[in-house]
Amino acid sequence: MRLTLWTYEAPPHVGAMRIATAMEGVHYVLHAPQGDTYADLLFTMIERQSKRPPVTYTTFQARDLGGDTAVLFKTAVAEAYERFQPQAIMVGASCTAELIQDDPGGLARALNLPIPVVALELPSYQKKENWGAAETFYRLVRALADPACARHTGGRPRCNVLGPAALGFRHRDDITEITDLLDRIGVDVGVVAPLGASPADMARLGEADFNIVLYPEIASTAARWLERTFHQPTVATVPIGVGATRDFIAEVARVAGIEVPAELAASASRLPWYSHSVDSTYLTGKRVFIFGDATHAIAAARIAKDELGFTVVGLGTYGREFAREVREAAALYGIEALITDDYLEVEALVSELQPDLVLGTQMERHIAKRLGIPCAVISAPVHVQDFPARHSPQMGFEGANVIFDTWVHPLMMGLEEHLLTMFRDDFEFSAEAAPSHLGHAAAASPATLQPATPQSAPESDTSDWAPDAERELRKVPFFVRGKARRNTERFARDRGIALITVETLYHAKAHFSS
Amino acid sequence: MTAALDGMIAATAPRVIRERGQREVFCGLTGIIWLHRKIQDAFFLVVGSRTCAHLIQSAAGVMIFAEPRFATAIIEERDLAGLADMNTELDLAVSQLLERRPDIKMLFLVGSCPSEVIKLDLGRAAARLSREHAPRVRILSYSGSGIETTFTQGEDACLAALVPELPTAPSGSPQETDSRSLLVVGSLAEVVEDQFRRIFDDLGIGPVHFLPPRRAADLPPVGPNTSFLLAQPFLAETARVLEERGATRLPAPFPFGAEGTTAWLAAAASAWNVPNARFLSTISPSRERSRGALARFRAELAGKRVFFFPDSQLEVPLARFLATELGMELIEVGTPYLHRAHLAEELELLPAGTVLSEGQHVERQLDRCRAAQPDITVCGLGLANPLEAEGLTTKWSIELLFTPIHGYEQATDLAGLFARPLRRHRDLASCA
Repeated sequence: MRLTLWTYEAPPHVGAMRIATAMEGVHYVLHAPQGDTYADLLFTMIERQSKRPPVTYTTFQARDLGGDTAVLFKTAVAEAYERFQPQAIMVGASCTAELIQDDPGGLARALNLPIPVVALELPSYQKKENWGAAETFYRLVRALADPACARHTGGRPRCNVLGPAALGFRHRDDITEITDLLDRIGVDVGVVAPLGASPADMARLGEADFNIVLYPEIASTAARWLERTFHQPTVATVPIGVGATRDFIAEVARVAGIEVPAELAASASRLPWYSHSVDSTYLTGKRVFIFGDATHAIAAARIAKDELGFTVVGLGTYGREFAREVREAAALYGIEALITDDYLEVEALVSELQPDLVLGTQMERHIAKRLGIPCAVISAPVHVQDFPARHSPQMGFEGANVIFDTWVHPLMMGLEEHLLTMFRDDFEFSAEAAPSHLGHAAAASPATLQPATPQSAPESDTSDWAPDAERELRKVPFFVRGKARRNTERFARDRGIALITVETLYHAKAHFSS
Repeated sequence: MTAALDGMIAATAPRVIRERGQREVFCGLTGIIWLHRKIQDAFFLVVGSRTCAHLIQSAAGVMIFAEPRFATAIIEERDLAGLADMNTELDLAVSQLLERRPDIKMLFLVGSCPSEVIKLDLGRAAARLSREHAPRVRILSYSGSGIETTFTQGEDACLAALVPELPTAPSGSPQETDSRSLLVVGSLAEVVEDQFRRIFDDLGIGPVHFLPPRRAADLPPVGPNTSFLLAQPFLAETARVLEERGATRLPAPFPFGAEGTTAWLAAAASAWNVPNARFLSTISPSRERSRGALARFRAELAGKRVFFFPDSQLEVPLARFLATELGMELIEVGTPYLHRAHLAEELELLPAGTVLSEGQHVERQLDRCRAAQPDITVCGLGLANPLEAEGLTTKWSIELLFTPIHGYEQATDLAGLFARPLRRHRDLASCA
């Protein structure tokens, strides 16, 4: 048993959902108790998908356990097939259903559906989300890739791009970026999977000359199988950062057996110049701590050291499957890798190292905030703000531009904040001073320099607050309290009320709330 | 009962659709998110799987980073394989936790689907650990599992677990009004509690206690002279165990809207024999203010058609408020569980022929919803964006649990929750 507050990864069936949701024409029937549907909102809220994930849950309850949960499961599969008419169906169990030991694969096959049924064994008490995604993708590739599929003939070299999934950090934009880059290299993209792929697309994976694994956490198992089955080599360089993108171009060219256009190998990113410009000199030797999934953490470390001139003081991952790779990378910087999924260990190391910048997940963002250290997000898990509306890849040359801005921004902010604190006692920077672009009309006189609590600034000279009304006002959340105070005082003034009571407060609230 | 309500009593009983199938609902663990804010020195330890931890994390949003008072003891392979004695492991996790958090006075061991399917006895564990950690920490247990509870039923299970711990209220003959006390049951925002307390004071009703209390040490007394008012409609088990301890439930509609709040307060006033004149003079200013403010919303919302997916059991009282006080039209009112006794007063107030549904087959319910094309659909976060993308306007229901919506002063906030999505839909029409 392990005491856990924050988990970097979800259970493995959420990994399977990420694959199903990424694809077209696939439906997932999950044997799961009532309540496990919570995972839907990761897709509809965090990723803001406009469709429900293609998942049917059996949602069994206690009263079903005495009866036949197997029948419940078969009914759910049959209904899902009839309603959604998928080209392939995935079946499996979540953690609780794993304990009651119905056999989803066997039960689904007994229905003799005229489509492929892919049974998933995802051991919930040992494995986690990324493993679940990788295993699911591998099972689908095995089941759906047509072994008789012939290699394409004629035209430019062709590759499959593997790994992008639902709920992936910037997967949507990375695909755009890399597809465009491959086109300029002179390589066609056969199938992108799982994101946007249908079972029919998966059937023709064998047509391509080679595979590109963009996200090893999700696609390397499947790529190894394709290597064995279709003799397709794998391009394993992950093109995050300018150097890595150049290496990626070189590797693609070598595997495809083509020459790369000279202008493409030269820099197509603004990062190198921005990083060389004198404005960036202050970045030199900034101590940076990096934590995330292995792929993004390793890539970030290389960019930090070679492209921005930082010193990498910490490197780690929560993904135990790729611990070896992260340890090797850490050795390059003369440090020991941190392999853990316990955020308290990460926090302990960050506070011990006191870096100038933290690059990590949503969790590191909060650790850094608590410790007052600038931070940027480089890896899942992430909140809704890291599924942005704007184009913001991490990969390729545009990805490098995005990364430069994203990482330097909090440092500039940190510097500004530091200056503001340093000069806090100067009248221009005091909390009372109006922003400079508003002119000097509101500039504070030296008399107001004493630290004043902002809320206590008198707003009205006609109304007094009764003590109980003042207490009541304090129950209003701080971010609307100022508005409540102003509205109430305006209300009282307009009516010539001299003493604001609790009643006045609520009269005003009723008056203004519509 | 007020005159305004009398005129709306339904002539016929509502029709109830009962369905089974996929239920797009939360489990009772979710209740922890607001309960831990309410009881300020309690800690909630879920004994479950990574799924449970992930659910709480997803539902709690940024709260998880603020050193909140809940966590999950994740069952691992070695626990299941019998390699480790699960009770020893649990004791260890609890000791670790209490060491880290010396401020904790009450610990709830919360059962989950996995812990219940493997029949881990948390009741016994709580008793054992209580002996070990007494008197510093009181340790209780309840089930928040999806197989036993739906969403808000987690609060019911938690409060029901508290009831045996409540001190016994002083006895006395029922004639001595001095020995009577009123218990308001269901977690409310503090500002709402304070408003109700003021009104009860003005009515001369007291002493008034609230369950759950703000601190573990302030458990309210209960006994045969306790009358209780449910502030929430999802407290079936809590009500049952309070009645076992001799307390009497005061039947009432729930305090949503100007009229719902009045009827709820009237139930207590009548039990305390408060003269009608005093009752009216006490509540009238608030009721009139609330009515006036609601009138503006009524102009905007009247005639709008609303569809409720099941979620919290708040659906029936809220639908009654929307129909009787704002003139909205009810297409279907879904609820995970229909407690006929506790909702009797509400059901009477629903417009004639209202269609209710209990339980869920989400696909069929979506079919009905799409066919009806409601003006506003109240549903969970898993359905809201997909329905918006289909052109329906939605109100996500979990906000109804996190926002203060009870009582006179919050009636317009409650109406506003339904008006806002409609206004937004209208305002954005040009960029659709």
